[in-house]
Amino acid sequence: MDENELRTVVIATLKTIAPEVEEGDLRADRPLRNQVDLDSMDWLNILIGLHQKLQVDIPEADYARLVTLGDVLDYLRKKLK
Amino acid sequence: MIEFKLPSLGADMDEGKLLEWKVRPGDTVKKGQVVAIVDTSKAAVDVEIWCEGTVFELLTEPDETIPVGTVMATLLEAGESAETAKRAPRAAPAPKAAATPSHPGPLPRHGGEGIVSGRRRVSPAARKHAEELGVDIETVAGSGPEGAVTLADVEQAAAAAKVSPTRTAAVTDKVADKAAEMRRAIAAAMGRSKREIPHYYLSEPVPMRRATEWLAQANEGRPITARLLMAVLQLKAVALALRKFPEMNGYFRDGAFQPATAAHIGVAISLRQGGLIAPAIHDVGEKSLEQLMLDLADLVKRARAGSLRSSEMSDPTITVTNLGEQGVAAVYGVIYPPQVALVGFGRIGEQPWVENNALGVMPVATASLAADHRVSDGHRGALFLAALRDQLQEPEKL
Repeated sequence: MDENELRTVVIATLKTIAPEVEEGDLRADRPLRNQVDLDSMDWLNILIGLHQKLQVDIPEADYARLVTLGDVLDYLRKKLK
Repeated sequence: MIEFKLPSLGADMDEGKLLEWKVRPGDTVKKGQVVAIVDTSKAAVDVEIWCEGTVFELLTEPDETIPVGTVMATLLEAGESAETAKRAPRAAPAPKAAATPSHPGPLPRHGGEGIVSGRRRVSPAARKHAEELGVDIETVAGSGPEGAVTLADVEQAAAAAKVSPTRTAAVTDKVADKAAEMRRAIAAAMGRSKREIPHYYLSEPVPMRRATEWLAQANEGRPITARLLMAVLQLKAVALALRKFPEMNGYFRDGAFQPATAAHIGVAISLRQGGLIAPAIHDVGEKSLEQLMLDLADLVKRARAGSLRSSEMSDPTITVTNLGEQGVAAVYGVIYPPQVALVGFGRIGEQPWVENNALGVMPVATASLAADHRVSDGHRGALFLAALRDQLQEPEKL
């Protein structure tokens, strides 16, 4: 899966929870939860969605590293290697 | 002859629009069965019935808007035939078992789900987009799981229909109307609360180290799909604390307090399109954390999809709000009538904390209570919050 495909999957998963999100408005270097109204249930559902689509395991201990969209993409890319 | 009346699905509802009957004359119904879908200002609600019988006549037409208490249908009791029923006067008082929301009968378990499975699943995004595009959602074929209508289905239908801009404008107005209607309903219920309920407010900083550490450990060995959220620990702690403080749990009706026997906790859920809804998780004190997590996830999903059941809307005995998720330190809530208390949780943040004569850093969440002075005093409220704090210090017992 290349960078664009991965990004597409992440944005699509985000949109299942927050359909109002416009991809163009998202800054990859800013905390995601400052830009999108997500509570912990939303966040968990997004991670479950990514887990199911990409077959990656995301331990809870890693949540703290997943702050920005860029963090999420980096994390998943490494996991998928 | 049993009369099935439109129940009140919350303090902010005085009328509803029948969207669809789920039964036909001649069908037999069981307690807790969903018989109709009724649109309120907040959501389309699956309305359950609280008696057994055979549907005789449907008196309300789909798309008809009717006041709460209107007889929507008549049913035959066991042993009653259409002939004997016809002779009975129509105005006979409805048996107590009819669909009153305050009926203390057995609460529905999730067994009712088989009945609603025939219902079309439409994602909230798809519904909203359909309204914006002027597409009748009922005519869109669903390609998602279980025939769910997705955004893509709506866009396809819109492209096929080449909807005119005038229609789109009219529909945009309709969406705005719906939001305004919801705001009016919230205003009515909260206005009534502030007029009628003499609130008092208390707050208590709750050390959360034990709970957060326990939760991290509990989640470590779990697959992501089985992980717990702090919210369920908080809900369970509230339910357990309520056992010793029945005056926080129940309804104030007709000038008197009616304590509830179980903790049906209304969970404040914000809706993405604006507004909020606080449907109940039933019997919170009796459920495991795992079960509560499943129930909460299911409730949030259905609240956002606009697919709630009437019992969830009408019987919360107390409400819990967790605005800490949005980063606020504490929340002082407005009680949802006829309930008599609301518990709020602020964010969990690290604070300087003195323990055993040493200054350290502690994750702390402020728990707050808004309670009804007609029923309880600040002294009892303070003891309740202390009990809640203590429950959260022993997460393994939740």
